[in-house]
Amino acid sequence: MFTIDNLVQPETLEEAYKILTEKRNNTILGGCAYLRLGSQRIGTAVDLSKMNLNFIKEQDEYIALGCMTTFRDVEISPVLHEYFGGVLPKAVSNVVGVQFRNIVTVGASVYARYGFSDLITPLLALDTEVQLYRGGRMSLEMFLNKPLEKDILATVFIKKSAKKAAYQHLRKSASDYPILNVAVSNLDNQWIIAVGARPQRAAISRHASEELSKGNMTNEKIDHIASLVAEELSYGTNMRGNAEYRKAISKVLVKRAISEVLQWK
Amino acid sequence: MEIGVIINNEEVTLQVSADEFLADTLRTYGMLGIRKGCDTTSCGLCTVWLDGKPTLSCSILSARVQGRKITTIEGVEKEAAEFAHILAAEGADQCGFCSPGFIMTVLAMKSELKNPTEEEIVHYLTGNLCRCTGYAGQLRAVKKYLGGSLL
Repeated sequence: MFTIDNLVQPETLEEAYKILTEKRNNTILGGCAYLRLGSQRIGTAVDLSKMNLNFIKEQDEYIALGCMTTFRDVEISPVLHEYFGGVLPKAVSNVVGVQFRNIVTVGASVYARYGFSDLITPLLALDTEVQLYRGGRMSLEMFLNKPLEKDILATVFIKKSAKKAAYQHLRKSASDYPILNVAVSNLDNQWIIAVGARPQRAAISRHASEELSKGNMTNEKIDHIASLVAEELSYGTNMRGNAEYRKAISKVLVKRAISEVLQWK
Repeated sequence: MEIGVIINNEEVTLQVSADEFLADTLRTYGMLGIRKGCDTTSCGLCTVWLDGKPTLSCSILSARVQGRKITTIEGVEKEAAEFAHILAAEGADQCGFCSPGFIMTVLAMKSELKNPTEEEIVHYLTGNLCRCTGYAGQLRAVKKYLGGSLL
């Protein structure tokens, strides 16, 4: 059973980090929707909700998302609808229901690096950076690949651009976890293909992305790219699908996502 | 620990433990319209409004809602009864266990979405599960309740 001995609501990140690192079982709270399903025995739970970290701000070069921003905030954000064809609102709108999305947070989803995340995959296809209290600012891809250390993910920054992006996913039913998801983006013929819920966490298919960026966009080429993605990334098995199945559907979803981006005017 | 909250426009002080969830706190306080119908944060039966937004009270730690405004179905009796009558008339209400959470989400949708399409209605209500029916009756009732071009 999930237990908490003590809950604090610090007013600064400095204070929150100090409490977080005081004891091994002290933990930052996100929306708790997933945390409560586990059996973690938390000493002091650190709630960041008194720090005004729930925001989506359009800056000169970036869109900044505070860690306590909810999925519903992302889903209905005018700024995020305006950029990248609204790929982020579209992606998170598949997560359970409105009441759930009013709780779960951007920071917790990214920091916890959930394999099933509908958010991380499109963020990877955009130029996304994360700001960690102690670890500093780094690309999302770097963060996902480094060993997890206790830290506080304060802000997610998405570089503003005219990037075209698309999100594709396969689920057994609406609002379930994705069996696989794919995000594709293109800016000036620089393509990025990211695949998540493999069921491991999302990753960029670098080789396929580079090949796609070389141009010559025929149907045969797109089929070839989809096969490259299927070969380049690893897939696993869980109760929603096996590795072979995921590999097969990755080709379909990649092809659909590329086609969707190509259809943008 | 002690928390001060506003439940259905009434200031209330409650004693809660650090790992207590709002659904349990509110039920203990007497708000029995709140039910829990799953163990996976996905059924919507425990829906209450937190500062006006529909949320799953089964996943909100009570200690985090200090100073916030909570609305349960007991606080919107008139509006809930109006929709409940339509729901029953459409034959959508069977065991009724999921109805309070569903009604809270429908009322929230009515204030949040202006002239929603059928697709938007279904999307908004996806987080409310009903194990008795196939949702056709609910959808008829919602359309009738919202009126306008959906009829």
